[in-house]
Amino acid sequence: MRTAVAELGVRRARSLTEALDIMREEIRTPIAGATDVYVGLNFGTLVPRRFVDIWGISELRRIDVRDGQLVIGALTTYMDAIRSPHVASRLPMLVDAGRQVGGPQIQNRGTIGGNIANASPAGDSLPVLLAADATLVVRNFATERRMPLAQFFTGYRTTVLRPDELIVAIEVPPVTGKQWFRKVGTRAAQAISKIVIAGVRGPSPRLALGSVAPTVVRAHETERLLGMDAIDDAAAALANEIQPIDDLRSTADYRRRVAVNLLRRFWRDTA
Amino acid sequence: MQFTLNGSDVNVDAPPAARLLDVLRHECRLTGTKEGCGEGECGACTVLIDGDPVCSCLVPFSQVENAAVMTIEGLGDDHPLQHLFMNEVGAQCGICTPGMIMAALAIGNEPTIDDIKNALAGNLCRCTGYGAIYRAIFKWRQQRAVAGGKIDA
Repeated sequence: MRTAVAELGVRRARSLTEALDIMREEIRTPIAGATDVYVGLNFGTLVPRRFVDIWGISELRRIDVRDGQLVIGALTTYMDAIRSPHVASRLPMLVDAGRQVGGPQIQNRGTIGGNIANASPAGDSLPVLLAADATLVVRNFATERRMPLAQFFTGYRTTVLRPDELIVAIEVPPVTGKQWFRKVGTRAAQAISKIVIAGVRGPSPRLALGSVAPTVVRAHETERLLGMDAIDDAAAALANEIQPIDDLRSTADYRRRVAVNLLRRFWRDTA
Repeated sequence: MQFTLNGSDVNVDAPPAARLLDVLRHECRLTGTKEGCGEGECGACTVLIDGDPVCSCLVPFSQVENAAVMTIEGLGDDHPLQHLFMNEVGAQCGICTPGMIMAALAIGNEPTIDDIKNALAGNLCRCTGYGAIYRAIFKWRQQRAVAGGKIDA
């Protein structure tokens, strides 16, 4: 079946500067691995539009350690993250998350920056980055700004990103404590999560969840109680702190129960 | 636009936003690559770009400029993995088979059955139950190891 996708306009940017200049001139949706955008186009859930293709911008596809921070270029694919020694040593829960995104075909094309920009509450890498206190670096033709990832999402699939801005990098400070990740879906691979959770057990425990609210969320009250090692109170708090819904993948009741079970599992596994 | 297709340099005229899958099937007349779901869920349209398996239904054609694309036709008609899929009954209706084989080509050295399962995690088969597919690939890799690791061995 030939789709209407072919008729859409694409401009390819070969450098970040070129991409930002194109986005200054006119509104164009960035595409990289296209694993979300082309699904939306193929199924008519995304209104056809003009694109700027940023896939080939190699300067955004790097993983470095700078000034003690792990700096993940926005075009880093899940497979890049899975294979990166820096990610393995500093943020192993991102390796775990990357391995559970789709299958190898999607891991080879989907990017971390794309997962953030897509802003789905079910994005597999997002609870990891949220629990890691990641900072987002976004840029337009004139300026760069930084914000905690938690301030990026404003609601269901909405963000503070302006039409002329690109996500360029994710900065992750050192994470103290044991990292833990778990995704629950209908099957092990090729599943969108019913619930996804990332935890860090350190001096101040951190917990972030996906598919339980309009955006990925940190569970701050649960974290506070975990900090006092009050796991039963934390479990009660978590059930109130999330706002899951019934949808085609699961039910609110199931998600609430599994979230609490996963919290207890996290606490046992990292004891 | 220039790219390498199954080892030959080609110049193909197609819209930049066209799906690689459509360009392969219509412009290049290589219909071995199948469309299953059209949303990256089933892996039937898997091809290799610079050696990496990808879903060609989700690749804008412009992104393969100067890249090396390999489809099932690139294996010819006498590849040992094709014979093993037949001998082990790893194919029934056949729609998933080209994608399964392309994904299998990217498997690393001395794979365990779990490595093979992970490599094929992005490919769905609704006929065989997967056991025969894993067996075919496992036997191929055992043969290849004996033959010194050549991809066409």
